Amino acid sequence: MRPGSSRAARLRWAMPAALTTANLGLALALSAVVILLVGENPLRALGVLAAGAFGNAEAIGYTLYYATSFVFTGLAVAVAFHAGLFNIGAEGQAYIAGLGVGLLCLGGGGWPTALVVAAAVLTAAAFGAGWAFVPAWLQARRGSHVVITTIMFNFIASAVMTHLLVNVLIKPGQQSPETREFAPSTWLPQLHELAGRVGLEIGRSPLNLSALLALGACALVWLYVWHTRWGYELRALGHNPTAAVYGGIVPERIVVVAMSISGALAGLVSLNEIMGVHHRLLLNFPGGAGYVGIAVALMGRNHPAGIVLAAVLFGALYQGGTELSFDVPRLTRDMVVVIQGMIILVCGAFEHALRGPVRAMFRRGPAAGRA
Amino acid sequence: MAFSSPQDALAAGIGMVHQHFMLVEPFTVLDNVVLGVEGGFLLRAGLARARAELARLAREYHLEVDPDARVADLGVGQRQRVEILKALYRGAEILILDEPTAVLTPQEADHLFEILRSLRRLGKTVVLITHKLREIRDVTDVVTVMRQGRVVATRPTAETTVEGLAELMVGRAVALRVDKAPSRPGEPVLEVTDLVVEDGRGVRRVKGVSFGVRRGEIVGVAGVAGNGQSELVETLSGIRPAASGRIHWKGQELADVEPRSPRDWRRRGLGHVPEDRQRMGLVVAFAARESAILGYHRDDAYNGTIRLHGSAVAASWTRQAAEYDIRPADGRRPASAFSGGNQQKIVLARELDRHPDLLLVGQPTRGVDIGAIEFIHRRLVALRDAGTALLVVSVELDEILALADRILVMHDGRIVGEIPAAGADERRLGLMMAGLAERPSRPGSLATTGVE
Amino acid sequence: MIAALLAAATARGAAPLVLAALGGLFAERSGIVDIGIEGKMLAAAFAAAATAAVTGSAWTGLAAGVAASVALALAHGYACISHHGNQVVSGMALNITVSGLTAVLGNAWFQQGGQTPLLAGGARFAPIHLPGASWLAGVPGLGAIYVEVVSGHNVLVYAAAAAGPLVAWLVYRTRFGLRLRAVGESPGAVDTAGISVAATRYRALVVGGVLCGLSGAYLSIAHNAAFIRDMSAGKGYLALAALIFGQWRPGPTLLACLLFAFADAAQTRLQGTPLPGIGVVPVQLIQALPYVLTVALLAGVVGRAVAPRAIGVPYGDDR
Repeated sequence: MRPGSSRAARLRWAMPAALTTANLGLALALSAVVILLVGENPLRALGVLAAGAFGNAEAIGYTLYYATSFVFTGLAVAVAFHAGLFNIGAEGQAYIAGLGVGLLCLGGGGWPTALVVAAAVLTAAAFGAGWAFVPAWLQARRGSHVVITTIMFNFIASAVMTHLLVNVLIKPGQQSPETREFAPSTWLPQLHELAGRVGLEIGRSPLNLSALLALGACALVWLYVWHTRWGYELRALGHNPTAAVYGGIVPERIVVVAMSISGALAGLVSLNEIMGVHHRLLLNFPGGAGYVGIAVALMGRNHPAGIVLAAVLFGALYQGGTELSFDVPRLTRDMVVVIQGMIILVCGAFEHALRGPVRAMFRRGPAAGRA
Repeated sequence: MAFSSPQDALAAGIGMVHQHFMLVEPFTVLDNVVLGVEGGFLLRAGLARARAELARLAREYHLEVDPDARVADLGVGQRQRVEILKALYRGAEILILDEPTAVLTPQEADHLFEILRSLRRLGKTVVLITHKLREIRDVTDVVTVMRQGRVVATRPTAETTVEGLAELMVGRAVALRVDKAPSRPGEPVLEVTDLVVEDGRGVRRVKGVSFGVRRGEIVGVAGVAGNGQSELVETLSGIRPAASGRIHWKGQELADVEPRSPRDWRRRGLGHVPEDRQRMGLVVAFAARESAILGYHRDDAYNGTIRLHGSAVAASWTRQAAEYDIRPADGRRPASAFSGGNQQKIVLARELDRHPDLLLVGQPTRGVDIGAIEFIHRRLVALRDAGTALLVVSVELDEILALADRILVMHDGRIVGEIPAAGADERRLGLMMAGLAERPSRPGSLATTGVE
Repeated sequence: MIAALLAAATARGAAPLVLAALGGLFAERSGIVDIGIEGKMLAAAFAAAATAAVTGSAWTGLAAGVAASVALALAHGYACISHHGNQVVSGMALNITVSGLTAVLGNAWFQQGGQTPLLAGGARFAPIHLPGASWLAGVPGLGAIYVEVVSGHNVLVYAAAAAGPLVAWLVYRTRFGLRLRAVGESPGAVDTAGISVAATRYRALVVGGVLCGLSGAYLSIAHNAAFIRDMSAGKGYLALAALIFGQWRPGPTLLACLLFAFADAAQTRLQGTPLPGIGVVPVQLIQALPYVLTVALLAGVVGRAVAPRAIGVPYGDDR
């Protein structure tokens, strides 16, 4: 449904946006308390963080590079949420997808880059979807709770990948558990290179082509969820399973499809990390992106526009957090994890706590805001 | 006395036996009875005491049940006994039973009445909530009739007659007549033979019904809620599978292998207005115009190869909103923002718009204001005149009398009466609804007698 | 002898799992999904080690650990019971927050990269040698078992061993346990019996919090001698898996914990050693085994997992 230009439509967006902002504010306030406990100045910390994330072109590049992975996992979690499912397994799905992409890159050294990239997208999606398929099928057919099974599958993925990287795929003669570096023809071009070719000067950073892919994924998800009959069924099931069955929707099918799409989206993280930056398969490359995706989806209210904003925010937290840990030694990168947790807590579990005050604020506001 | 919680009522000596049992299934009978009155931190002593007390209660009130049996393994009749024991164990002097025979076999019901008589003999007070007149006659001393939330009359049972009670229950028909021409039924659209439907527990809710609905007629199904009507409609619309029985659609028998999902039924030309619009008929979180395509969201009219055309959906909404006077006319607002009557109109518009061959309607005007009621009734009759077959289920006898051309009465999962609406006698209908046997009204009719 | 050493290692590995899994049992049996076991363990480990480092007493450390875990349990309860919040989200949020918070506070207060200072002497729980241990040391067979397996553990291991029967007694033989089980299966029955559903659930969470606190404290002030970043290392999830695998019953859960711990201990011992007929089993496969088993259980391949009927649904939402 396109947001119309009418006042009612604007207000429909205003309330959720205001609530999310209020929740974010609360989460930051709680984090500020932690910062104070540690003996630092929250405002100064915030300043360093912001500067670290956006202060120069290179920093922005890093911020957006981090955000790219978060967009993928945020979309993954959001698509599942729309169907009423909680996909905690994005981390494992991304990890396993890396296996597929890694194998492809190791084997496709001589192929033209465009072919490798196209194949990689399909491979990553397929592997990610495949890892999500089993928990999905078990939920649909056996009623096994998808939350528990995806958590288990995360651990299983970790074990499998560790085994493969340590024992099977490791570059011979090397100590660290990673594969050999991929052939340059299988590397995803980084954006600063591409920009350089057309004469643009942007900071050096790992930001790569997958960022554009992420935006494309946003558009596709938006289209799918709100503008197709399959997305309609997804959302109907998530809101009201009884009405969905009445409307001719088959819940088992939707569960499997939704989780598979979710897994596929999560799998695209591997393009960013493996093909775009590290150029090799290494241990734990998702680096927690799957869990950040939960925060991003909750903050972004499961809508691609919100997810992009939330992902950039978290990218900024990660990039700024690194700078912060240099500038203020007492605040390590773990501070970012704290903020992440607070955001999930407030935007997720206490979502409605601030609804009353925010609504009251709307009523007291300008008369034009009265609906 | 004012009660604000179950604790208050229990303290006052009032015990409740709920219609939907409040038992912990994996627990034994003993555990269930002592829950809340365990008599100490350690269970052992309390359980021993309870066991002895239960034995005594069982003897006195004929409430035999094995204290160590798991509730999950018990039949419905025995579970009810556990509920009664719970109340008695807590020293209830007043017992309230809410539709206790709704899920009992006739034999179990008789046994229950024995128990109630024992209770009365031993000085307890029993409040029996029921719509079955035979039960009232058999067991009670005083009867209070309530209608639409108000007490209508209180009389000693000995001074009442079944006819009198029935009249009090259903009341004089409100002048809610719809101007309609007599129906001209065409060929049958739906014919059902010996349909049996079970609920999630395997309990039979529809116990072998047979009837038909023809083009151009409205068949009304009258009956008190909970006598199998909901399950019947859910089965006919494909939401619930049938346990057994045959279905003929437009003259052809539906083979067992033929799919019967809601989507299949819609494709065949069936429409369904569910009795609970919020729970089933709409996705209240959706924009109204999105809810307005629920069930038809895959139609070519709305879809290209990939895209669901918002413009087509919007156009469809505008048309329906105008035709059915749905307010507000803004289809982007969530369905939850519409009043009950308007929500019902959204559902109706959606289903009627397709000119189905058969329309199933459950409680068409529940929670709907008077103006919308008339509108809805007129639209249903218009649909009939256009050739659709309608099956209307309603607990409001007035509504059935106003709308239906032919009336079926359901009681306890069976059709206990079938009469033409013209000149239908409310009292007679009330008796049938209350489960008093009716002779088959015509040879060869599809009516089946009740069990009482 | 290897068997005795293996058994001892199993006991030490199982102790935190048993305490955490039994802690989770209370929450889950009352109808609250307890993903947050991991967070409670980690928080308790940090609080215990930090306090013990400052006070020099293991017992105050233990108290602090339990307090931290209970505080988190109450926070989870507040979100889920009083605010009808999503229980899974709340659990995950607490896990993530604790993971970061312990590292930040640890680094800020002790400047050791997130670690707490090494504990010595009375600041940690030392192995307790039962009477007669040195005396029996020379006796073959029985002596080895007594010395390695039965004696020589710290007090929390013995607490874990006692926890099994104690929890079973609490759950099945007391009024508290009856109401606990009832509220997880049929909150309606509890409510109409005049008992507060919310109060019962809060109590369950507190008891569970205490056990998880013991589990976490074990990690940092008994098994090890300090808190290390993320030292729970997924044990909380493993405990959850054991709980599910144990069908939410104390006895089978205890056995599941022993099984998982045994697998881990065996894997450590047998690392690289080829097994007859199978060859060298990669260590990661054994590490994945508990999770695979749990999924198999949930899939109905290995038995059936029947969760408490009312789990995950805030009371009042289903009316």
